[in-house]
Amino acid sequence: MDEVTYAPATGLLSWTWLLIALPAAGAAILLLTGRRSDRWGHWLGVATVGGAFALALAMFSGLSGLDNKTAATDLFTFISVGELDIQASLLLDPLSGVFTLLITGVGFLIHVYAVGYMAEDDDRRKFFAYFNLFVAAMLILVLGGNYFMTFIGWEGVGLASYLLIAFWQAKPSAATAGKKAFLTNRVADVGFLLAMFVMIGAVGSLDFAEVFNGAGELSDGMALALGLLLLAAACGKSGQWPFQTWLPDAMEGPTPVSALIHAATMVTAGVYLIARSNPIFNLNETAQTVVVAIGALTLLFGAIVGCAKDDIKRVLAWSTVSQIGYMFLAVGLGGGAYALGIIHLLAHGFFKAGLFLGSGSVMHAMNDQTDIRRFGGLWRVMPWTYATFAAGWVAIIGLFPFSGYFSKDPIIAAAFAREGWEGWVAGGAALLGAALTAFYMTRLFVLTFHGPKRWTDDVHPHESPAIMTGPLVLLGLGSLAAGGLMATPVAEWLVPVFGEHEEHHGHLTHMQATIATTAVVILGAALAILLFRGGTDEVPRAAAWPVRLARADLGGEAVNRGLFERPGRVAAGASVAVDARGVDGIVNGLSAAVGGTSRRLGRLQTGFVRSYALSILSGAVIVVAALMVVVIQ
Amino acid sequence: MSPEHYLILSAALFTIGAIGVMVRRNSIVVFMCIELMLNAGNLALVTFSRTTGTIDGQIMAFFVMAVAAAEVVIGLAIIMAIYRSRRSASVDDANLLKA
Amino acid sequence: MIAELAQTASTGETVAFWILAPLAVGGAIGLVLARSAIHAALMLALTMVTLAVFYIMQSAPFLGFVQIMVYTGAIMMLFLFVLMLFGRDSRDSMFETLRGQRFLAALLGVGLAALLTSGLAHAVTGLTVAGDPAPGQGNVPAIAEELFTTYIFPFEVVSGVLTVAAVGALMFAHVSRRGEARSQKESSRERFAPGNYPGPKPGPGVFATSDSTATPALLPDGTTAAESLSEYVPPRQLTAVEAAPKPTEGREER
Repeated sequence: MDEVTYAPATGLLSWTWLLIALPAAGAAILLLTGRRSDRWGHWLGVATVGGAFALALAMFSGLSGLDNKTAATDLFTFISVGELDIQASLLLDPLSGVFTLLITGVGFLIHVYAVGYMAEDDDRRKFFAYFNLFVAAMLILVLGGNYFMTFIGWEGVGLASYLLIAFWQAKPSAATAGKKAFLTNRVADVGFLLAMFVMIGAVGSLDFAEVFNGAGELSDGMALALGLLLLAAACGKSGQWPFQTWLPDAMEGPTPVSALIHAATMVTAGVYLIARSNPIFNLNETAQTVVVAIGALTLLFGAIVGCAKDDIKRVLAWSTVSQIGYMFLAVGLGGGAYALGIIHLLAHGFFKAGLFLGSGSVMHAMNDQTDIRRFGGLWRVMPWTYATFAAGWVAIIGLFPFSGYFSKDPIIAAAFAREGWEGWVAGGAALLGAALTAFYMTRLFVLTFHGPKRWTDDVHPHESPAIMTGPLVLLGLGSLAAGGLMATPVAEWLVPVFGEHEEHHGHLTHMQATIATTAVVILGAALAILLFRGGTDEVPRAAAWPVRLARADLGGEAVNRGLFERPGRVAAGASVAVDARGVDGIVNGLSAAVGGTSRRLGRLQTGFVRSYALSILSGAVIVVAALMVVVIQ
Repeated sequence: MSPEHYLILSAALFTIGAIGVMVRRNSIVVFMCIELMLNAGNLALVTFSRTTGTIDGQIMAFFVMAVAAAEVVIGLAIIMAIYRSRRSASVDDANLLKA
Repeated sequence: MIAELAQTASTGETVAFWILAPLAVGGAIGLVLARSAIHAALMLALTMVTLAVFYIMQSAPFLGFVQIMVYTGAIMMLFLFVLMLFGRDSRDSMFETLRGQRFLAALLGVGLAALLTSGLAHAVTGLTVAGDPAPGQGNVPAIAEELFTTYIFPFEVVSGVLTVAAVGALMFAHVSRRGEARSQKESSRERFAPGNYPGPKPGPGVFATSDSTATPALLPDGTTAAESLSEYVPPRQLTAVEAAPKPTEGREER
């Protein structure tokens, strides 16, 4: 592995910190001015992210002109203790560059959408404050120049996610979902912390350059440990198995939140982490295999559950879980598949955000109803939403020549390219996942927009205002085109980060994999259209056991309850018992002992003078006896 | 006989007085037992004055007597006051200072 | 000769000692064991007189006389006075109320006696009578000389103690009057208040209607006085004649 060096930033690129400062300042201003900024606060929020996007574009072009496409800035010293020196440093390189563009670009569009979506909410300004806070934290995450800065961003987005999911605090389900998300993330973050400690112990630094350059000297076990710990953290943030339960519940937050955080950006932070740490993962085959396994497992998990859900946002949430599984599969395969994972991530950002915003538009029209069983026949009423949702649909299922084809199919081919039985398993899982994706996305599309109208009496659907359909259109265009436009340029652009790799063929050639994928996709879509074009029952019907299992999240909740909640409650009860009976028992016992002793001693005070005289005389006798003993000696 | 006999007599009287204080219940009799103890001490003092050949023992006994007189005066006044308010001269009845 | 005398006690002293010592101890035991308090006081007086004789025998004549005069004469008399006033009727019952008191008292007493005696036996062996403390001077001048020179300060303090004791006893015995004395005006008003009979109360037997001691006395308003009924004489049923009110000379028939 070549020596990793980061060139210091010059010129425009030394203003990297401004990218973070703009949204952070926006958040601070909006929170501090309070109700006074209610009338113009949302525009400020939009403006800061827009400004950050413009700046990011400028920096991106500046970066592309450099030879060593890196720009590292050291802001200040965080901690300098003994041999450990942690700087607050930022790094702009190809990987963080594309992420920055994604975050600020898609973020800007979603901010504009949210102006319209949250128009009737009194707390819109607070919403934008938290939204800006999120963008700032996410930018710290991707722009961080060492693992410490990344961790700060990591925690920051966790915080912002919690604030935004539980935005409508008065709703108990929202508050609980926010807590659940935060706690699950926190548990996974232990992996990140332990990984950082291992790095400090083994390499002596958290800086990217030093860790990657020193990674070659790590023992096999150490590299495996690091890989697994970072993977654990990534799984928590990205909602992969076994930490997948929080993502669907996070849909309690407003739709723009679901679009930006739980589709495009925060949940992709896990992929970013693994991609950034590729030198570490490249050292250990086992770690990579585990990543592949998790990715394959999760993509099937999400796809299966997504087929059984009736809430439009929940389906999209499980779809996110599944698609990120594809990304994990890609970065786990390593080599040339790293870039494929990132490409899919960028494309996914566009079409998933578009799908979520479209669902928000539908919910807006249907009086905040989310049950797709009560939708149907909306394509005539909401043409713009219909068109953009369709764009996202074809993108996600991966039909040629739309985005998904260029981003997902290469991943399936790369999966088959792996040697041995692992290649068959991984490739087969990816293929099956593609089929299921086509199935449930088509089901969602058909039940929502086509078929007979199954509306409830109180809804009068209408198209959304321009402020909402504008971003939808832009995202729809991006969904269609992004994949094709991005595939080759982005792979080349990311070479400085991942290294040059040759594409090699494994069990199936590229063409064979593509034909197989397209076939299963068309099969899945056709099946869904056949089953659901006539609509569906308006209430959930009792079904066969696979459907019931899928409806119950494939037992995810049950596992959480049995593995964590019940032992936790037992432990709490035990400690309460120990405290009440043990500690309190000792204290009370002590006081009871003292009280009892004093009561017994008190019985000496009879009040009778003669008893006292007796004790005086006995004392005198003892004294005389003692004196005698001494004198006689 | 030698002066030791006087000392043994003094010890015996003292002991008898001490037993009397513990056994009798009439407060005035208890007081009298205390007087007996004081007298036993006086006897010892006078005996030692005789054996050492100094006059100090007798003077000390003299002071003891004077103070015993004062003590009797006050003590009996107290007993009288208690008797007036409680109508009882028994030491066992004044047992309110108990735990 | 005096030197000889100084070495051992004379036979007269020995005889006197062996007669009087049992008396003293007997008096002491009598004090402790006597049921009646008066007997106990008299026993103590006996012991004190024997002790006075002992003092005189031990060439402390002044102290011996003072013992008789002050202790036996004044203090024991005081005791007897108070006993007569208050403690006469209180006979100590033989029943001991405190558990183990008698046993422990006896035990400790015997123990103390044994300890003291053995201690004396160890410490004081071969005591001899020393010579006359004040040769040629006499006992009283010797005491006086010491008392007013070396011991002048304790002497003054003890005199202070005696004075304070006397005053204190006075204050103890003083019963303060409750409230102010009633003036004549107030007592007169109280006497003539409505509901109060102002005249002197009748003497005993003024309104007697029968010779029987069971007959209750009558109050001026005609009702019977409950205090005149004795609890030991049962009231007898009066016959009609006896029960009828009898006229006295000059009094109208009721």
